[in-house]
Amino acid sequence: MIKLLKSSIEWLGRWVMSITPALGRFTLYAISNFQWFFRPPVRKRLFFEQMVFMGNKSLFIVFLTSSFSGAVFAYQIYLGFTAFSVDSFVGPIVAIAVVKELAPVFTGLVVAGRCGAAMAAQIGSMKVTEQIDALEVMGVNSIQYLGVPRVFATVVTMPMLTGVFMLVANAGSWLVGVKLLGIDEAIYFAKLGDFMNLNMLVEGLIKAAVFGYLISIIGTYQGFAVKGGAEGVGKGTNMAVVWGMIIVLIMDFFLTAILAKVLG
Amino acid sequence: MSYAIEFNHLTKRFGNHTVLDDLNFNIHEGKITTILGFSGAGKSTVLKHILGIYHPTEGQVKVLGQDMEKMNEGQIREFRTNFGMVFQYAALFDSMTNFENVAFPMKEFTNYTKEEIEEKAIGLMKQVGLDEFAFHKLPSEISGGMRKRVGLARALALQPKVMLYDEPTTGLDPITTHMVDDLITSTHNHNAHLPMTSVIISHDIAATLRISDYVAFLEKGKTVVHAPVEEFRKSDHPVIKKFIELST
Ligand SMILES: Nc1ncnc2c1ncn2[C@@H]1O[C@H](COP(=O)(O)OP(=O)(O)O)[C@@H](O)[C@H]1O
Ligand SMILES: [Mg+2]
Repeated sequence: MIKLLKSSIEWLGRWVMSITPALGRFTLYAISNFQWFFRPPVRKRLFFEQMVFMGNKSLFIVFLTSSFSGAVFAYQIYLGFTAFSVDSFVGPIVAIAVVKELAPVFTGLVVAGRCGAAMAAQIGSMKVTEQIDALEVMGVNSIQYLGVPRVFATVVTMPMLTGVFMLVANAGSWLVGVKLLGIDEAIYFAKLGDFMNLNMLVEGLIKAAVFGYLISIIGTYQGFAVKGGAEGVGKGTNMAVVWGMIIVLIMDFFLTAILAKVLG
Repeated sequence: MSYAIEFNHLTKRFGNHTVLDDLNFNIHEGKITTILGFSGAGKSTVLKHILGIYHPTEGQVKVLGQDMEKMNEGQIREFRTNFGMVFQYAALFDSMTNFENVAFPMKEFTNYTKEEIEEKAIGLMKQVGLDEFAFHKLPSEISGGMRKRVGLARALALQPKVMLYDEPTTGLDPITTHMVDDLITSTHNHNAHLPMTSVIISHDIAATLRISDYVAFLEKGKTVVHAPVEEFRKSDHPVIKKFIELST
């Protein structure tokens, strides 16, 4: 028993030791990325390119996940609530859950899988083919050229995609609740008005922006950290997705706690 | 005779592994110098010191009379526009067309108008013998030899004073190797008015003897010989004899 404890502590120690340098490098990268954000030249074109790229990559999937999750969620709530004749609450319950939680988290997972991965793959393959070196040798800072536009674009795009998620999911809920299951439309909207407030929207969008920052800073870092050939790129891409998703889920908890205090 | 690059007792250690050991030689301005050696000898490390990417553990590197260790980050970036670097696999930006690759340094570092940049980029691509059909294609759509030409044109975009080639012919077939060698010499001569200094990292002895003015032979982080090519050819140093033997 003691032996087992000892060996697992040893294992934990080794694990901490092994990730500490990487964590240090990651922190340095995040600081550097932040600093380069404020230095000229501002790369507007790269920023807009990234926004378009992200939209292209994820809008359709956001559409798909949001419409169906809104619809199925409304269905489940209806099934549970109709027994007690409180099915008019379907609208606000779905709306609150979507706006505060489901929209930012699901959008975050989609963006981590689609865009965080793409960032790591693009930058990683530029690393192994010496394109990053080429930039640096020409006197162009690669973090400023490749990292900053991606991070900034994600921070801006994530709330937009999350907004789309909110709208579409609620439309799905309305479609199922009102049109399919026959909840009275006037009551549905009256209840929505009773329970929803602007702070919920603010909470959802702030979460989205924070998730966007974390996903993109991890995705770009994994790209720059790639070593070796194509195999290294694959590993980096994988890490970007896994860590992006984990961070979204973990941070969601803390953000919920913090925002509950701040927004009341 | 003035020097473009001076290595003054340059030592580089990674941990306690000494890669460059009191390197002390100078590269002549306006000439083609090849740094030759077995792999692992420290050639790329020398190149990275010239570019200011690595920093000396001891000693000093001066490029065009200046020590990059004494510059701040902004000055280093500015100073690097003096270099034209040709990468082993060209390292073209794969999201840009060949034309955009060549235009990129000018867009970043000059105040040329769009028309001027276009004219100059096309001029450069013609100078290195790139076929016109390839101008607006992506790097992935042209052959390796063609990519080398684009990489060379891009390196020339800011009229560099020092051209650096990292293993320009490693892994190429004999015909393309000759083409690249000719391209290096013609580029060098074409820009003789600058005057341009060319530094080639290589382990290709035949190409080295064909195109170099000077050869520096690196072995275990030291220069075994640094001499004009004719002298190098006749060297009776055992390591160099073995190297020539193994490569021919
Ligand atoms: N960044 C580095 N960290 C640790 N060791 C390095 C680094 N760069 C080069 N080396 C070591 O320096 C030696 C020479 O490498 P290099 O200059 O690439 O040789 P060459 O280009 O002549 O083949 C090798 O043993 C290599 O492992
Ligand atoms: Mg090398």
